[in-house]
Amino acid sequence: MDLFAERKKVIVIMVLVVAFFLIVRLFYIQVIDNSYKLSAENNSKRIETIYAARGLIYDRNKQLLVYNQPAYDLMIAPFELKSFDSTALCELLDIDIKRLRSGIARVKIPKYRREPFIKQLSSETYAKLQEKLYKFPGFYVRSRTLRRYSREMAAHLMGYVGEVDEKIIAMNPYYVMGDYIGISGIEGYYEPFLRGEKGQKVLLVDVHGKVKGPYQGGRFDEDARVGKNFVCTIDSRLQGYGELLMKNYKGSIVAIEPSTGEILTLVSSPAYDPSLLVGRQRSVNYRKLETDTLEPLFNRALMANYPPGSTFKPVNALIGLQENVININTTFSCNLGFYAKGVSVGCHEHSSPLKLLQGIQNSCNSYYCNTLRRILEDPKYPSTTDAYNNWRNYVISFGFGTKLNSDFTNEIRGFVPPSSYYDRYYGEHGWSSLTVISLAIGQGELLMTPLQMANMTACIANRGKYFIPHIVRQIEGIDTLDRRFTTPHTVNIDTANFSIVVEGMYLAVNGGPGRTAGIAQLSNIAVCGKTGTAQNPQGTAHSVFIAFAPKDNPEIAISVYVEHGEWGASYAAPIASLMIEKYLTDSISPGRKWLETRMLSGNLLYAK
Amino acid sequence: MTRTINILEEIDWLSVGLYLALVFFGWMNIFASSYNERYRSIFDLHQNYGDQFLWIMISFLAVFLLFLIDHRFFYFFTYPIYAFAVVLLLAVLVFGVEVHNSRSWLNIFGFRLQPSEFVKIAVALAIAHYLSGFDVKLMTWKSLAILAGIIGFPVILISLQPDFGTAMVFTCFILVLYREGLPGWIMGFSIFIAVLFLMTLLLSKVAVIIVLLSLAVLFIGLVNQKLSYSLFSALVMGGVFGLLKILSLVVPFKTGNYLLLLIAAGITAIVLVVMAQRKKIANAFFILLLLIAFIGFTFSVNYVFTRALKPHQQTRVNILLGKETDTRGVGYNLNQSKIAIGAGGFAGKGYLRGTQTKLDYVPEQSTDFIFCTVGEEWGFLGTMAVILLFAGLLIRLLYLAERQRSVFARLYGYGVVSILFFHVAINIAMTIGLFPVIGIPLPFFSYGGSSMLAFTLLLFIFIRLDAVRKIYLK
Ligand SMILES: [Zn+2]
Repeated sequence: MDLFAERKKVIVIMVLVVAFFLIVRLFYIQVIDNSYKLSAENNSKRIETIYAARGLIYDRNKQLLVYNQPAYDLMIAPFELKSFDSTALCELLDIDIKRLRSGIARVKIPKYRREPFIKQLSSETYAKLQEKLYKFPGFYVRSRTLRRYSREMAAHLMGYVGEVDEKIIAMNPYYVMGDYIGISGIEGYYEPFLRGEKGQKVLLVDVHGKVKGPYQGGRFDEDARVGKNFVCTIDSRLQGYGELLMKNYKGSIVAIEPSTGEILTLVSSPAYDPSLLVGRQRSVNYRKLETDTLEPLFNRALMANYPPGSTFKPVNALIGLQENVININTTFSCNLGFYAKGVSVGCHEHSSPLKLLQGIQNSCNSYYCNTLRRILEDPKYPSTTDAYNNWRNYVISFGFGTKLNSDFTNEIRGFVPPSSYYDRYYGEHGWSSLTVISLAIGQGELLMTPLQMANMTACIANRGKYFIPHIVRQIEGIDTLDRRFTTPHTVNIDTANFSIVVEGMYLAVNGGPGRTAGIAQLSNIAVCGKTGTAQNPQGTAHSVFIAFAPKDNPEIAISVYVEHGEWGASYAAPIASLMIEKYLTDSISPGRKWLETRMLSGNLLYAK
Repeated sequence: MTRTINILEEIDWLSVGLYLALVFFGWMNIFASSYNERYRSIFDLHQNYGDQFLWIMISFLAVFLLFLIDHRFFYFFTYPIYAFAVVLLLAVLVFGVEVHNSRSWLNIFGFRLQPSEFVKIAVALAIAHYLSGFDVKLMTWKSLAILAGIIGFPVILISLQPDFGTAMVFTCFILVLYREGLPGWIMGFSIFIAVLFLMTLLLSKVAVIIVLLSLAVLFIGLVNQKLSYSLFSALVMGGVFGLLKILSLVVPFKTGNYLLLLIAAGITAIVLVVMAQRKKIANAFFILLLLIAFIGFTFSVNYVFTRALKPHQQTRVNILLGKETDTRGVGYNLNQSKIAIGAGGFAGKGYLRGTQTKLDYVPEQSTDFIFCTVGEEWGFLGTMAVILLFAGLLIRLLYLAERQRSVFARLYGYGVVSILFFHVAINIAMTIGLFPVIGIPLPFFSYGGSSMLAFTLLLFIFIRLDAVRKIYLK
């Protein structure tokens, strides 16, 4: 009857063949091919960064200078968005509907999904928003911290914090887009300590991006580690006073504690309010500061190439003494200047001839021209070039012409011309001591930064040694400072010679008639100083002054540079003396209040 | 009472056992796919698994009732049942609830029913009833027309919902017809057309035509039982193609391989026809016609696909076929389904430990994609077990069908096997990317009251008939 009974076998075989193919395919997908397992891993995991709060910054007296404030970024989770009252949200955020729409459209593109919709909401906005956030599904707030400054002070020193760019990310794998990094000053140099360590939370998320709990029980979660607190060497009272005094002047003040190299004050004027470079307005403000003709972002203390002028004379005196081409009794005459073979360097009116101490006291140009000439024409050297190189080595040992290797990222070298520099201009043997005679009075090609001048002052105060000026005093959890800050650098000049020059500098402030810096004299403190008037081919000369006090066991060495201040004694010396008085006695004596008032009321910001 | 006891003894407990194993394992996986820390109660009716549990109980109750009904009921009431099913299909088109753009559901006393699931039973019964008729011969135009009507009418109504997935299920009855004498070449031909259709969409034009030409060459040798014919035509075609290729490189005109192959095939065909005239190869002309028809078919599929389908429909088809890999777009379902199954590995992540299925990465995970949960949590061992269980059940049912003395029961048994086979093969194939995603459930596994009840009834009507096979001859 059943003609097709054999066909049952065909059907059984069909069932078995299909089952076989399905099993083979499943074996391939599940056992052989691993790509699906990896996709699954990435599918359901979301890594959330926990940002670490940066370390706090204190001054040397443990006054809090920089701390953190919470900041809130408004984020959008595109899969959780539901319809909401957009007008209400726009009102809360104070934005227009177009901005909201474009923000939402943007996060639909996977690339932008993790970027904040609005960065750094103000705390008022956040407070308002927080209550009502539940009405706007898909919006959430991510908290981070921003810098806050207890005083509007030391902006250049502190530096600022900004978002990393692609270049930084390429160089340092720690950072990812959206991270913050210290960019200059302490924030920049001590970034590895201050930043702390980011943490992470690995979360299990569903297809809508909704968090379902920790991934594998939180096995991969890491807490963020707060940045290390940082104590800097700054005396914030002195720093504040220095900034106040310099408010109306372009220039710089650098004060160093000679016995340690700690920077007590570092003023670059004009300055800016550090809180301008925080938060949402940072880039706008930065652009404004960048285009300001007064160059407030320019850190003059570290980056300005200034001629030192007469403040350099003590160095020439020291080299002359050490080289035995002069001694304390050497006299040179001065007839309103130095004249030789067609070279003339003018001088002001003073008694003549002068011995060394009076030479320093009176800042006689002629005295130093003669001294330098003797140094460079010293017959113990085969040629002027050799003598010059010898002189240059002394100069460089004071920390000139090279970076001091301080803890700043943007220090510059200054310039002490090598002999080859003159060879290039005048030909080998084509120049003599007279060609370079302006080096005697700190002019010519000589360039140095206020930091280098302060360091030279500290070196004289220490009678021949210095510690690299630095800003770090203590980092939380780290017992010792970098050894380069605790190893003294010595200058190859006898202490006795330093005593002579120090005496001259004492006389420049406290001597009788002819002293150049009498204005810096303090009643109960022995201040040693040296004025300078740095010639400036573009306009009025700069007012320069270096000083240290007290004469014995000095506690402060300072350099002050006031652009277009003309005479050292007119601005730089008064400001330096006020700083010294403030630092050593905590106040300005009533008898010198007039000087403070005069400095505060002057204004050379736009002088030329 | 004695009759009941007899029936209990006659029931094929192996099939029942396989059924229970599948239902229980399926329900465990629905629980897993909806499992959430927040809802721990297993019998929560607001959750899929609670709801499914209820439907399992309803299905068991229905089985119990089946055994109370006289066994002759199914034969004598076949056409009323069929008519009732058609009325339900009409009702769903009028009163139906629209879900996912298709009107497939009826709301009856708060229960949602999907009539198309039950129509399969009615059609299986109707085919069995008609073909078991006293003097019915399958291979007559009348019989074929009536069978086409029995199958085609519900298919049209279901296509109107529209629910093409379910409509496609009805092609499975070709297996019943094959068993009852439909010529083998018709089934072979149907399978060939289906494969050709998929190939046209999946592979390049050139690849398809190469396959077709090779088949034609092979065919010409096989039909005439002279392999030299195959060799000869292959050489002619290869030679002509080579010449044309060289020519196209020398002479500055650009033609694709596709056109060159067509020309080569055309010249070979002319040579063969001329030879056929001389050597009297009667079938050469027939083979040529078939070849032209197939090439025409691939052309028209291509044409329909590129011209008639709108771009979004094209992408949809492309993604179903795995040609596009936009992981977040239309192909998302399939990709995530493969990821979930692949993530299971050899032994699986463990029960209730799957992340892909639990976190809603796989859409429709408790219904059409329930197999993903098996794959992720039970691994290759689990998926293989499920396939072996189904294969075991199917082969057991084939065995049962063959032992029927009643032609009606045997035909119905084949209907049950055809439906289950199609559902299982296509559902699993689609979750692992071997077949386009058409939304049909995995029998006894997928969440859904209608399909649970319908598949249970489908199976147990046959087990009921099998239990009385010794006294049931019609
Ligand atoms: Zn003089």
